[in-house]
Amino acid sequence: MSKRYLIRRLLLVVPVLLGTILIVFALVFLTPGDPVNRLAGNKPLAPSTYNEIRTRYHLDQPFVVQYFYYLDGLAHGDLGATFTGRDVTDILKERFPVTLKLTLGAFAIEVVLGLLLAVVAAVKRRTLLDSAILVFTLFMITVPVIVLGFVLQYVFGVKLHWLPVAGIRDGPSSYILPSLTLGLGLAASLGRLARSNVLDNMAGEHIRAAIARGLPRRRVVGRHVLKNSLVPIVTILGLDFAYLMGGAVITETIFNLPGLGYSLITGIKTQNGPLVVGLVTLSAIIFVFTNLFVDLLCARIDPRISYE
Amino acid sequence: MSDDLLPPPDTEVKPHSMTEALALPTGAKQLTLWGDVWRKLKRDKRFYVAAFLIAIFVLMAIAPFLFLTKDPNACPISDSTLPMSKQHWFGTDILGCDYYSRVIYGARTSLEVGLIVSSLSIVIALSFGAAAGYFGGWVDTVISRWADIWFSIPTILGALLVLTLFNGGGPVLVSLVIVMFAWPDMTRLVRSTVISGKSRGYVRAARTMGSRGRRILRRHVLPNGIAPVLVFAAYVVGSSVGAEAGLTFLGVGLRLPTISWGLQLAVADTRFPEDAYLMFWPSLFLCLLIGAFILLGESLRDAMDPKLFGGDG
Repeated sequence: MSKRYLIRRLLLVVPVLLGTILIVFALVFLTPGDPVNRLAGNKPLAPSTYNEIRTRYHLDQPFVVQYFYYLDGLAHGDLGATFTGRDVTDILKERFPVTLKLTLGAFAIEVVLGLLLAVVAAVKRRTLLDSAILVFTLFMITVPVIVLGFVLQYVFGVKLHWLPVAGIRDGPSSYILPSLTLGLGLAASLGRLARSNVLDNMAGEHIRAAIARGLPRRRVVGRHVLKNSLVPIVTILGLDFAYLMGGAVITETIFNLPGLGYSLITGIKTQNGPLVVGLVTLSAIIFVFTNLFVDLLCARIDPRISYE
Repeated sequence: MSDDLLPPPDTEVKPHSMTEALALPTGAKQLTLWGDVWRKLKRDKRFYVAAFLIAIFVLMAIAPFLFLTKDPNACPISDSTLPMSKQHWFGTDILGCDYYSRVIYGARTSLEVGLIVSSLSIVIALSFGAAAGYFGGWVDTVISRWADIWFSIPTILGALLVLTLFNGGGPVLVSLVIVMFAWPDMTRLVRSTVISGKSRGYVRAARTMGSRGRRILRRHVLPNGIAPVLVFAAYVVGSSVGAEAGLTFLGVGLRLPTISWGLQLAVADTRFPEDAYLMFWPSLFLCLLIGAFILLGESLRDAMDPKLFGGDG
């Protein structure tokens, strides 16, 4: 991987982010309703107050000017303020840890369970265990997050009282059910993908050579097979991580977790434009940089990948 | 090569290529790509399960009256949340509608969304993705960056924003909004398939023989790269059905009087966990529909993958 490639990739991030922010900004700008009136609870405001609020938030400026004001703020780490005067950056800082914990929980389940299922199924190929794993993973992929969330909530929260039903007041245990809701499905699809990839690789000549050289099976699977399956696995993991960090709107809604996804819903319902733009911008930034990181990582793992 | 193309024996045969020269006289039954795929599919149990389920759902969507005797819109409020009975197989919902009829009618909406999203994604991917991959250069740069921009906005977040603008809508609008944020996936797939396909030997051979541009793309590159697209299309049907249910559940997707599983789940949420059966039935149907398309995709993938011999599970 050359330095030129790295610089080129970093430069490409800029137009993509500018475009993404422009789209999100335009969508929020188009939302019907006057945000100032909305702030006042649709009660009449004194014209002077009304105009002052409009001027303060640059609402009297044309769209393009507002967009540049926003970019200028963003460059200084300032995502603007909501119409109630709170800094969007502050809100994000407050919500971010919740989503981060949820993401890490779900991600851990995906990586550990997914890879475990894949390796066991591939090694025990065409046995009962393999079939059981295939059926289980298919089932988990099929169940939408919205359904799985309610089932887990009902069984482990409401019926068995093992785990908190909703909210985050019970500390780390509050994150178990939401993490499972997101993680099980991801683990299942990763497991299926990784299994077929591992099987593809097991048919390779280098594996036969390794076995012929008398290497122990564990080492062959761990070092020779898995390493060659790593690129697609890492790519999927990167996409999933970015998707999780974007705020799992549905899961956070079901379990009342005050994370990024939850505040996006409240932001949209209360027409809190600055907050919504800030949230989607943050998730796009995370997405773009995760992808960049994954691409660089893949080039590291597999020297055959050349990006010239 | 069919026999009627054979020249009369006394004229000189001038084959265009080595393979053609070898293929001419045999007359054996030819194994086409699709014939081969079909042969493998017929041996795959997953394909039968998927086809059976999809056939039932399609029938439900086209002719729901075949499955029921009650009007889904006849809702005496006095019958609110009745339990399961011979009268009402799945019980009744909050408004007193027969829940079985409502759930059956939901299939049409979900299938509509799934098929619109999937087929529009294919059209966009086969035009823009193929153009980007085949022509490269600035065409590729423009299309790829444009796709990157939309790709970096998570589908649910973006669709949530746009649908708020419209204040919800019907299945067509919801599908279009999902496509708006979901198209880059398949476009990127087609682009990379075309890029890897265009350097293959048979494409170089076709070019040497004087074929060019669009003909190469249409006759050689796309037919051989279509397999991953079809597999992914089946997956898109399932995922967009799930996305619609999620968006509707969040209150920005479909609106009454549309009958949809997402709407049923949203109502069931307010009665959860007391009336858990309201959650159960639409969930079950949703899972079966999504599962059917995932199975279809997997059986297609294995049947179309020339690397796999004998169809591995």
